This record gives sequence, C-alpha cells and structure tokens, in this order.
Amino acid sequence: MSQIFHHSTNTLARVTIFGGVFILGFVSWALAELDTSAYATRATQAREQPVPFSHAHHAGGLGLDCRYCHTTVETSGFANIPPTKTCMNCHSEIWSTSPMLEPVRASFRTNTSINWVRVHDLPDFVYFNHSIHISKGVGCETCHGRVDRMPLTWQDASLRMQWCLNCHRHPDRYVRPREDVTMMGYEPAGDQEQIGRQLVKQYHIQDARALTSCSTCHR
Amino acid sequence: MPDEQEVLEDNTTRAVIAPGYTFGTVTDQIASVVLTKHQPMFWVACFGVAFSLLLLFLWAIVLLMAKGVGIWGIRTPVMWAFAITNFVWWIGIGHAGTLISAILLLLNQQWRNSINRFAEAMTLFAVACAGMFPLLHLGRPWLFYWLFPYFPTTIGVQPNFRSPLVWDVFAVSTYGTVSLLFWYVGLMPDLGTLRDRAKNRIGKMIYGVMSMGWRGSAKHWSIFETASLLLAGLATPLVLSVHTVVSFDFTIAILPGWHSTFFPPYFVAGAIYSGFAMVLVLAIPLRKVYHLEGLITRRHLDNSAKLMLATGEIVAYAYIMETFLAWYSGDVYEQAAFWHRMTGPYAITYWVLITCNIILPQALWSKRVRNNTPVLFIWSLIVLVGMWLERYIIIVSSLAQDFLPSSWSLFQATRWDWATFLGTIGLFTFLFFLFIRLLPMISIFEVRTLLPQAKVEEEVRG
Amino acid sequence: MSDLRKKLDLAAVRARLEGARGREYWRSLDDLASTEEFQDLLEREFPRQAIGWSEDENSVDGRRNFLKLMGASLALAGLTACTKQPVEHIMPYVRQPEELIPGKPLFFATATTLNGVASGVLAESHEGRPTKIEGNPEHPGTLGACDPFSQASVLQLYDPDRAQVLTYEGEVRSWAAFLAELRNIVVRQRLKNGAGIRILTETVTSPTLAAQLHAVQQALPAAKWHQWEPAGPHSARTSAMQAFGQPVHTRYNFLNANVVVSLDSDFLASGAGYLRYAREFSARRRVRTDQTTMNRLYAVEPMPTATGTKADHRLPLRAGDVEEFARALAAGVGATNGPQSGQNGDIYKWIGPISRDLLANKGASLVIAGECQPPIVHTLAHAMNAALGNVGKTVIYSDPVEAKPVDQVASLQDLVNDLDAGAVDVLLILGGNPVFTAPVELGMRDRIQKARLRIRLGLYEDETSEVCQWHLPEAHYLETWSDGRAYDGTITLMQPLIEPLYGGRSVLEIVTMMTDLPQTGAYETIRSYWASQHTGGDFEGWWRRAVHDGLVADTALPAKTVAVRGDALAPAAQAPQAGGSLEVVFRPDPTIYDGRFANNGWLQELPKPVSKLTWDNAAIIGPGTAHSLNVDTGDMLEVSYQGHSLRAPVWIQPGHVNGSVTMHLGYGRTRSGRAGDGMGFNPYGLRTAKALWHDTGLEVRKTSGSYLFATTQNEHALDTRRHIIRQGTLNEYLKNPESVHEGAEVPPRTLTLYPEFKYEGYAWGMAIDLNACTGCGACVVACQAENNIAVVGKDQVRRSRAMHWLRVDAYYSGDPDNPAIYNQPVPCQQCEDAPCELVCPVQATSHSSEGLNDMVYNRCVGTRYCSNNCPYKVRRFNFYLFSDYETPSLKLLHNPDVTVRSRGVMEKCTYCVQRINYAKIESEKENRKVREGEIQTACQATCPTEAIVFGNLNDPNSRASRMKAEKLNYALLADLNTRPRTTYLASLRNPNPEIEA
Repeated sequence: MSQIFHHSTNTLARVTIFGGVFILGFVSWALAELDTSAYATRATQAREQPVPFSHAHHAGGLGLDCRYCHTTVETSGFANIPPTKTCMNCHSEIWSTSPMLEPVRASFRTNTSINWVRVHDLPDFVYFNHSIHISKGVGCETCHGRVDRMPLTWQDASLRMQWCLNCHRHPDRYVRPREDVTMMGYEPAGDQEQIGRQLVKQYHIQDARALTSCSTCHR
Repeated sequence: MPDEQEVLEDNTTRAVIAPGYTFGTVTDQIASVVLTKHQPMFWVACFGVAFSLLLLFLWAIVLLMAKGVGIWGIRTPVMWAFAITNFVWWIGIGHAGTLISAILLLLNQQWRNSINRFAEAMTLFAVACAGMFPLLHLGRPWLFYWLFPYFPTTIGVQPNFRSPLVWDVFAVSTYGTVSLLFWYVGLMPDLGTLRDRAKNRIGKMIYGVMSMGWRGSAKHWSIFETASLLLAGLATPLVLSVHTVVSFDFTIAILPGWHSTFFPPYFVAGAIYSGFAMVLVLAIPLRKVYHLEGLITRRHLDNSAKLMLATGEIVAYAYIMETFLAWYSGDVYEQAAFWHRMTGPYAITYWVLITCNIILPQALWSKRVRNNTPVLFIWSLIVLVGMWLERYIIIVSSLAQDFLPSSWSLFQATRWDWATFLGTIGLFTFLFFLFIRLLPMISIFEVRTLLPQAKVEEEVRG
Repeated sequence: MSDLRKKLDLAAVRARLEGARGREYWRSLDDLASTEEFQDLLEREFPRQAIGWSEDENSVDGRRNFLKLMGASLALAGLTACTKQPVEHIMPYVRQPEELIPGKPLFFATATTLNGVASGVLAESHEGRPTKIEGNPEHPGTLGACDPFSQASVLQLYDPDRAQVLTYEGEVRSWAAFLAELRNIVVRQRLKNGAGIRILTETVTSPTLAAQLHAVQQALPAAKWHQWEPAGPHSARTSAMQAFGQPVHTRYNFLNANVVVSLDSDFLASGAGYLRYAREFSARRRVRTDQTTMNRLYAVEPMPTATGTKADHRLPLRAGDVEEFARALAAGVGATNGPQSGQNGDIYKWIGPISRDLLANKGASLVIAGECQPPIVHTLAHAMNAALGNVGKTVIYSDPVEAKPVDQVASLQDLVNDLDAGAVDVLLILGGNPVFTAPVELGMRDRIQKARLRIRLGLYEDETSEVCQWHLPEAHYLETWSDGRAYDGTITLMQPLIEPLYGGRSVLEIVTMMTDLPQTGAYETIRSYWASQHTGGDFEGWWRRAVHDGLVADTALPAKTVAVRGDALAPAAQAPQAGGSLEVVFRPDPTIYDGRFANNGWLQELPKPVSKLTWDNAAIIGPGTAHSLNVDTGDMLEVSYQGHSLRAPVWIQPGHVNGSVTMHLGYGRTRSGRAGDGMGFNPYGLRTAKALWHDTGLEVRKTSGSYLFATTQNEHALDTRRHIIRQGTLNEYLKNPESVHEGAEVPPRTLTLYPEFKYEGYAWGMAIDLNACTGCGACVVACQAENNIAVVGKDQVRRSRAMHWLRVDAYYSGDPDNPAIYNQPVPCQQCEDAPCELVCPVQATSHSSEGLNDMVYNRCVGTRYCSNNCPYKVRRFNFYLFSDYETPSLKLLHNPDVTVRSRGVMEKCTYCVQRINYAKIESEKENRKVREGEIQTACQATCPTEAIVFGNLNDPNSRASRMKAEKLNYALLADLNTRPRTTYLASLRNPNPEIEA
C-alpha cells in the first residue's frame, strides 16, 4: 500500500505537538510585555502640545519650584494645570511677542482655555490624590521622573497597577524627607532602606495592608 | 457486508455481542457508516434539527453579548438560574462516558468495549456545552481570563483561591483535557483503519493526519495499551472529583438548601445517573438505525439500566436525607427552605422532579421494562428531565426565598433562557451527529477483541 | 412606559421603505420621519437615564444596541490586553477664581421651597457643577436634615426634558422679544389700570416677590393676583379665619410634648417644617441607658403613613370620621361639651383613655390636625390645645408665613369667574400647573383659553404650557437668586450655583419686568429689597453673612396670643358622613407630591413609605373593602364620583381603613417629560373644589383587565423566628432590657475557620435606631445622589432589579386591618466574616484594613456569586448598561468621587468610602486623627430623625460605639455569625396601659 505522507511529516507532527506548549507560554509573555510597553502606556513618548512648553527650561533651567504653577498639589487631589494668568505673570513681560506664545496670549485675550493634551492619565476608576502623597514624602520625581530634563513632557512610568503596588507595598523604599519632595535628582543621604523606614514611622505612613486595601485607590 | 440472517439478535445468550461476527464483518459494519456517500434520513433529519437549534444558540449569544445578562430572567435575589443549572446538568451527563471508558476498563468489564467510544464522545461534547456556561453567565464575559492565575500580570492581582468558582475552572478544564486525550488516543487505531479503507485521497489524507502514522505494529500496540491504561488511571479520580468540586459551588455558600455536607456524593451519583440516561437515549436509536443490535446488545442496555437504577436509588436516598436533616437541624432557614420547596411557588416543579427521579425509575426493577427498548428510551428521557429539574430546584428555589423575606422574589425564565438551553442541546446533538458521520462510533479494534476468533488467536499465541 | 407607546422598530422602517427607489425613496423616508411612531423610535433610541431602562429584553435592533454589540466585540478583541487609554485633554482656567481649588468641592447655602415654605440646604459644587444637596445645619427648618424632594432637585436641574427655549405658539423667541411684548401689554393696560391683567402664582412667602407684586398692583391697581397650590394647607388657613378671625400660622414644638394626638396628620414626613418636627419628635423617643422616658403618639388616619408607623396606638378611621373623633376628644378633654360616645364604636373606643392621658399631661401634650382634614378639625385641635394649656408650650401661633394668605380655592374660583366674564386680557401663570391640578369642575384647560393672551413661566412645557401662547423657561432654584420664609417665618436666602442652563428666568424677574423698576437681574432686586428693609449700619456685612448662612438669624415670626371664638365650634351644618357609601380620599403623593416631580426618575423610583410601590399610584383600599368588593391587587376598577370617572388599579394596603379609597395625586401626567408621562392615573379627574381631600359617594365597579405594579418588596410578613425586627414595649424593656432579644442566639466567634482581622487604625461601623426611623426614604435618595446610582425604570423594578444600595424594608405584623408596621433601613452590613468576600473568584470584593467590604467595580467580572451568598441581599447588579453615559446634562450630575458603574458589574454600599477617604486624607495632612462626626455618610447626613449613626468603633466614645453598647443593640441575622458592622437598636413602643394591658 502506498505511503500517503512523506517520511518527514513525522518530525513535523512531533514539532507541532511539543511546540504548542511553548507557543502558549510565549504568547502570554508577549501580551504582558505589550501591556506595559510604551506603545500601550504611552510612557516615554513626548506629547504634542498647543504650546511647546518645556519643563526642562522652566523647572530645570530657571529652577522654578513645581508648586509655583501646580499650586494645588499640596492641598487637593488634583495638581492643577496653571491658569493662563500664571503664564502671563511672566510672559506679559518676557517673550511677550514670541509667536510661539501666541496661543497663550490668545487664551488670555479671548478668555478661552488652552487645550493641553493630558500626559498622565489614570483610568477613571482610579482615585489618585496628589496632596497626600506630597505630605507623606513621595517626591514628584518618584512618579514623574526627571521632569527638569523634559523639553516636551512625557510620562515616565508605566502607571500600571503593578507599578503603583511597588510603592504601596514598600513605601520605605521610595519616601524622602518632605522638604526634598520637589527636588529633582534627589539622592538619599545614606541608606534609603533605613531612612525610609524612619520616615515611614515619622510621617505615620500606613502599613502595607492599609495601603493595599482596594478602597485606598478604587471607589 | 454480513447478511442480516447471520447477525439476527439472540435474546437468550448473555454474550456481549451477537454470534456470527468475523473481524471483517465487524470492521465492515462499523466503518461503512462513515465511509459512505449517502446517509439515512434519520441522520439528515436529526442533523438538520440540531443545526437550526445551534443557530438559535448563536443568536441568543449575540444578544447576550450585545445587551447583557439582563435578557435572562435572573434578578435579585435569584442571580443564578438557567445558566448554572445547565452547567451542572451537562457536566453531570459527561460523567457516564468517563466512567465507562476509564473505570470499566480498569475493572476489565468487556461489555464496555462497544459503547465506550460514543460514550466518551458524548462526554466531550457535554463538557464542551457545560464549559460554555460559566463564561456566558459572566456579567463581563470578555474578562473571563481573570479567573485563571496567569503570569506575568501587569495588575499584580491573582484570583481568589478561596472561591469555589476558581476550583471549578481547574476541575472542568482538567476534565475536558483528559477526556479529550483519552478519547483521541482510543481513536487512533480505528483512524488507521479508516485511513486504509478510505476511498478518496482527501479522506486518506485527513484520517492519515489524525491517525498520526498508526501502523498497528506490535510496538504501537504496546505503547497504546500503556497509554490508555495511564489515561484511564488519570480519568478515574476525575469521575469523582469534578462533580464534587462543582457541588462545592453550592455547599460553600451559606444559603439554606445549598449549605450541606453531603452534596458531593449526592451530586456524583446524580451525575452518573443522568449520564447513563443520556447513553441510553443515544444508544437506543443508533443501534436501531444503523442495525447495530448485534454490537450494542440487550446486555449493554440492561447493564446501563441497572447502573441507572443503582445511582437513582442513591439519589433518592440523598433527597430523603436532605429533607430529614433540614428538619432535624432545627435551623429555621433550612426548614423554611425545604418547606417552600415542597409547598411554595416551586412546589409543582419539585414534585415533578421527585416523580421523574425517584418514583418512575423504580419500574427499572422489572426485567421486562429493562428489556423493552422503547420504554427504556422514554424512561431515560424522563430521568434526564428529572435531573435537570433537580439542579433547577436546588439553585432557584433556594435563592428565591432565603433569609430576609423583604428581598424575596420569584424567578421567571425569559424566552432567551430557553433559547440558550435548547441551543446547547442543539450544539451537543450537532457535534454528536458530526461524530457519527466522520468517526467510527464504535471502537472497531476493541470490539474485535470480543470475537471468539480473538480468543483463538490468543491461545495460538500463548 | 414603552408598552404604552406605539412601537416601531428598524425592521418596520425597512418594510415601509421596501420597494421605494430613487427620489420616491427619499420622499417616503420624509413622510415616514414625520410619523409619530418614527419620532417615538428616535425617542427610544435617545438616552434615558432620567427615564430608566424601558426596553423589553427581546429587542436587539436599534442603534444603541448595535453600538453595544460592537462594544462587546471590541471588548472581546481587547482580550489582547493592550488597553490603551484614549487621548484626554485638560482645559485649565484662564483666570482661576480664588476660592476654587480644582478637585475640592465647595458648599453654598441656598434653599428649596415647597408650597412656598423654604427649607435651607447646602449645595455641593464641583468646579461649578452642583452635584448634591445637604441640609443646612444652621437652618431652623431643616437642622441639617433634608427631604427627598430637595435631595432629588439636582436631578431636576439637569433633567434633559426641562423646557429649554422661550416659545410663542411653539416658535422660538428671544427674551428681548418677550420683554418688548410684555412692556407694551403693561403700557396698554395702564389705560384701564390693568383691569385685564391676572397673575396666577403658587403660594408666595418671598418678601421680595411680594414687594414686587405689590409694586405691580400699585402701578396697575385693577390687576389681580391669584394664588393656587393644589396640596397647600387650605384647611388650616380657613380654620384660622374661622377660629381666630384673622390669618394665623400654627407651628409646633415636639420637644415639650409627652403625648401627641395626630388627627390624620403626617407631621413626620410631610408638611411645612416636618424635618424639624421629626427631629424633635424622635429626640423624645430615643431610649438609652441615660434616657428612659419616651413620648406617646396616638395616630388617627385612613391610610398608613410614615407617622402612622411610629404610632404607639394607631386607629384607622375614614377621613370623614376623623371630625367625629375630634369632636368626641374635644369633649373628652373639656374643650367643648359634646357627646363622648356614639353608634360607631371604632371612633369612640379610645376617647376615654386618650383624653385622660392628655389631661394628665396638660401643657406637655399636643393635638395636631392634618393638612388634609377640614377646617373644623383644625379648629377643634386649636380648642383642645387651648384647653390643655399647650399654647405657647407645644403650639405656637404667629402671623402667617405666607406673604398674602388667601382662600386659594376662592381665589381660583374668582379667576374663573373673570375668565368666563371675558374680563381677562392677559393671564400670567407664573409657576404651578393649574391646568393639571385645578379642581376638575373648573375645567381649567378650556377656561384658561378664554384669556386673550396667556403667558406661562414653568420648568417644563407641561399641560398648562400646552394652552398658553407664550412659554417662558423658568430658572431652577439652583440657577437664580431668590428668598422665602421658613416654616417658622425665618427669612431664607437662595443663591444660584450655576448659570441658567437654558437661559431661564425666575418668577421674580418676570414680575420685575412688569414694573417700572430698573430691569436688573434677580440679584440686584433681592439685594436692593433687603437693603431697603435693613435697619442699622453695615448692610454689606449683614448681607454677606445672610447669603453665607442662607438665612437671617432670629427672624422667626414672634409668637402671638389668639383665642378660639366659641361660635367656630358649632356643629357642622350637615352631620358627619354616614358610613354607608364608599369614601374617596385624595392625598399628595409621598414621592412626586402634587405631580411637580413626576419627571424625576429618582423620586419615581423611590419606594413609597409602607407600600414600597414605585412608578405608580393606585386605588388603595383596606383588606376588608377588598373582600367586600371581591377584588385583588392589580384588578382594574372603574371609580366614579359626582359624574366624573376613571379607571384605576387596586392596591390592597394592610392597615388601610375599610370603606374608603385613597388615591395619591400627581400621576397620570401627559406632558411631564419622558419619565413621568403615562405613569399611573390622574385622580385630579375626580377632585372637586368642594371635596379637595375627601368625600363619600364614590362608586366603584370592577372592570376587566389587570395591572402590573412595580414594588421593591413583595413579602411583608414578619417571621418572628428570624428575629429580623426586634421590638418590645418600654415597660418590658425597663423591667428587663434583654427582653427584646428573647429567643435570639448569637454563636461564638470561634465558629469561623478564618483568623480574626486586626484593626490598628479605624474600624468603621454604623448603628441604626429602628425606634427613630420613620421610613420616609430621604436616605435612599441621598444615597442615590451621592453614589451615582442609576435609575432603572418601572419594567426593571418589576424584575426586582432596582439599584438602590440602601433600601428601607417595611414589615407588618398582627391584624391585617391594623398591623404593627416596622421600617428597617438595610445598607450593606459590612460583615466581619463576610460571605461575599469568600466566594468572589477575582477578589473584586475584599476586606479593607478598616473593616469595610470593599467593592472594586473595575475588577468585577459579574459572576454574581457574592450576591447569592449575601444573606442581606444588599448587592445590586448592572444587568444592563443602566448608567447613562450619553446625556450631556446628566454627565454634570455625577459625583466625580464615585465610579460610574458599567454593565455586568456588581455594586453596593461601602459606607460612602469616598467621604471616608476624603476625611482621612485631610486629617493625615494635618497629622491628626479623624474627628468624631467629621465623616457623615450620605444617608446619615440627610436623616431627619438621626436614626443612622456612623463612626469609628475603635473609639469607645464615638456615638456609634455608644449606641452599639446599648442593650437594645442587635445584629440582623446574628445567628449566621456574619458579625455585621451595621447593627440596629430594637424598636420600642410606649402603649397606654389603659388601652393595652
């Protein structure tokens, strides 16, 4: 009786059988990677803005304190985007004719908001509160990265839940003294582990069980 | 083809298969069902019905995805109803297949040989139907994968392993996988046969691929024997474990009517009960239409009926104990729950179920009933209905009237509840008739071993 | 509701267009588009939060469903995990207001009015959007509590069905055009002193508005101002004139009352100042280790009300028999000398004991007559209170709160006469809905059209607007400045929180338009009026303070002494109604009042006290009457009275007096909006000026057909073995505090397999005092507003799919003709050993470090196992996409601190965790603990009787802890060992030993 298949098909059969297992593993790994990738999270992607505002220049170069513009960061959950008025405080004097700043002046003239593109955008079911993080000694840099080196602002971290949990499970690895909260390029004076543990005590930072309770972030 | 006189059925002997068969005739008769151009009207008709039901199922699912589980009759407090009832029912039906193929194999019960193939197929298709419901009944089905533990995760949360639903995920998926493997391995020699007998090239190709180069060499046979024994060993505990775990879905809950320690044995018995009912419902028409009375003999039907009877008695015992304990516990809620079952809004359903599951099946004590195939067929149908109602009563009546009267509310099935249920029956039948058409519904090589000639050869060999 | 509409689905549309080709195709499309069915189709496709989910589960056609189908499939595609956020934008202020901090709510004092009487509230504003109403603690009328109507008023503000444009004969006009028109009307009318002008308003208490109207009448002396309020205190007014010969306002002080007799008065859940009365009344019932006395309430009423459920002795009497009862009681306490017995035993059986009880508490008792009782009953009450020396102690008389108290029925009749005489050139209907609410025999719909020009100011284009040429969109109270007087006359100021969404104007502004005063906005008008009234210096400071507080302190009307004239008590001309024929009883609806709230989904879906009926009114009868008529709940009746008749479905209400039929007004609206239209039937169709509230001579006939009601509770019988409601009498309790718990068992803690949770920081808990709860339902609406809870509509409520996180159960026990009725608010019990947490496969609900059963909506996959395993059934499931993501105006309504739940997700109460977190964060920033009382859950904040108390159980001195330490404290279904964080204080009655040994 004639062979239907060539001998090589045996090998093919074996490969497909065993291969299946590995393919499954690979796919799940790939998906997870994709989910945290810059493509999905937009992390590290500089965003086009109506005005090419440079943190590198204002925070880095001029050394403006974050709180000069983001005034409510210590009092409210929402670190406000400065009103056009704030921009005009300076820019009615300096660069007052720069075409680059025309949208700002237009906004001020016509009393219409500047339409910024949101860079850090958490899902609507996550309730992040800036003020409490600031008051517990979580540095701006810890989440936003070296903003003072961003000519155009981008999101530094993945902002995935796993990433949040890193800190909520071990705050001592990340907290810094309150006075250094807005400092860029902060270096712990000594062993972070030890300083952190001491700060956690000092600032009455809740234990991991409280910090990882669902309702801490989700309502 | 064997001429009919030779294989006329013999009521007197207790032989597993009728005399007069040879290796050739067995193979011919079974393979011919598959390797032919035209099918009997019976097949076409059933397949047509099944297919239209399948379409209904698809429509129901589209609607479900589009609008949400609100299209069903579920409500507060009856959050589970048809979906879970069907799930438990189908899973239960699956059990007979595994029991026949695995346990009876280990117990070396030869009569199983001619029914194990389609019984296993039945198991697979039943599990397939069952497996769909836990997904379909989710509020957000597209997130079903959250029920599996998976790594790496980007949200740092894993399933709650204290929840019986997570146990279900494992139990059912294991069951499905093992049954599939067992069934497929068992198929390989026959696939080989079909490949060799297939007329056209495509047929040869397909069966060829599926038979994975089976040549029937001694080496193949020995590996094959070991494999099937191992798989049988794997499958045996599943017969008990799967429905035990399924019953945990209820026993873990504090709901009166659910919260009970003897659900596992009770459920397993019930499962096998309904399983064998389904085996008979499938076997009886098949042997008639395809003239397989010689291979699936009265003996098979009789044994299955006896098994039904036995498990049926266990179930009956469970009902009685359940009710007794409810009364004996002195627990207000338990007592109320059972009182409601028997006298409340679901009383009719309850008594119908008692009739179907306990009263009528007692007739199976009589040999005359067991030997009367049409009656046996109807009786099996009755048991299937009864077992479905049992799950329905356990789930719905317990939920509808639990602890606080203020939130009591009665379940009313919508047309989409029925569409989904009938739909799965359609899917099941659809798959099953495809199976009949494309694969040998009876294990050729295993039936051969039952032939006297086989014994002779053994002696010669030995 | 949809079942009442003609239906047309896309299939039918296609069918109609079948065969049409080319230009013909488009033509047929056009005339199709003009058909009512097509409009209706569009309407059904239109977003519907305010209306609720109304589709039947079988139709898959339609745009929205198609989109959902796409959504679902996309979501399935989304399995590939890469959930990429859409690009969002931020629009900062150009010039940021100083007081505003983005992300932090602001609260402004303002007030709501009902029948003109103002209740002070605080409105919460998020970046300029009012989202929630709370009571104003400073305000004498509310004391921080809030009624359901005020709670739901935010939904009314954003209601997409509100009138959005100014129209003349259906065509859009500008305000300028109207102003011009109005001005030259006024100029023309000058020639005849405005003899042709009639102004019809609702009851007015606003001093400024009154002044403006006065100014109008100065300029146009012959112009007339009428007032009409369908459910106003007509009898009280008339009674005052008869009894005292002058308009007198009566208010009460329940703090001093040991014994209260309610003559068909629902003072705990309706009427002016009820929030305060409820607070005071319950304060005298709060039995604790340190307070062992309790007041006693006798209630006489036809239909069980919230007040009736609190009564220690409730006597169901036909509304018409209450007068006879009052006369007997008056004789009993020596106020009059009449018979103290009669043939009707029911009326007289308790006269002796009650009057002895009253006499034993002279000066510390109170007889209160219901607003729906005839004047004579009020007069008798006045006489009794006088005889009992209660005046000045529990009863305070003062000048009227209303700017111009008039007999409104007469006032309306007067208007009708003028209309018939053709004397009316211009009729301004400012607010109200007279066409719908006027007595039936006046035939207002046709009568009004006898006025040559009809101008209507209203929130909605309703039945009245239908017959008016001009319709002016009215400004919602949250959109404009106004003022008014509280129940005790306290001057109350209202300020806007948002620019008028649809350019509406207030009554004040329209009236100002008629004067020659400068056409300034409402603000200037109000301010200048008060400037003119202000005596003493620093008006600015005074004004700022008044606006800030929302009221002017110490402006309650002073008490005055008045005496009841003897002749006022003369027996009525016609003897009290013979008991023969059926009695018809009209009452304002507990949730949609006189119909003005008919389009408010929250109020429509708010279960009515006692009956738990939603979205409907009914012909409510007692079990006895049902038996004699041989009808059952849901049967249709043909009821006719004085030649008018209508069809109404039967509702059998245990505790309802036999021999009368109660109908709640306000339903049967035809032009209220999408939520209210076609709901229930319209009893105004039977209501005559002679019998505003009740009369005998009702004929009923059982007709074919049956009716499906939507209730949130089907089973009311109390199974005592379950110890759901624990209760007893005061004496039993004082003898043995444990008596209320008889037979109940609490299993040992060690029964659970799981380790105990430890709580270092806070341990939140709640205690609910069943003795205080009146079942008014304010908490339910408050919860709905605070937590973005969806409205599901009648059809879904019928399928037991209402979404309320907090429900108020009503249980009946005893004789169905007069059962004891208990109210039990049931929020999530936040169990220590929570059955729900155990069974959720994805940990979507899990125990927080402070003892809450957190619910994470975005993690929930919807297995619904948690609900099955919840013995309290407090979990709610989104069977469909109930939340409205589409309607623009309703987006503004949402509380930004609470996730809006999507389809297929379980949700439930978490003790307003958003409020907890807010307080915690604020306190931690200040390095301190959360203070007692700093966190108030929405239900607690709004509760008139302070029945709900929330607090930190780790603090033994918190009010919650102290309540839980009480002997009365018990856990619902304690025997299940779920150990709930929410516990109840058993309900106590204080029966009169003479009546109940």
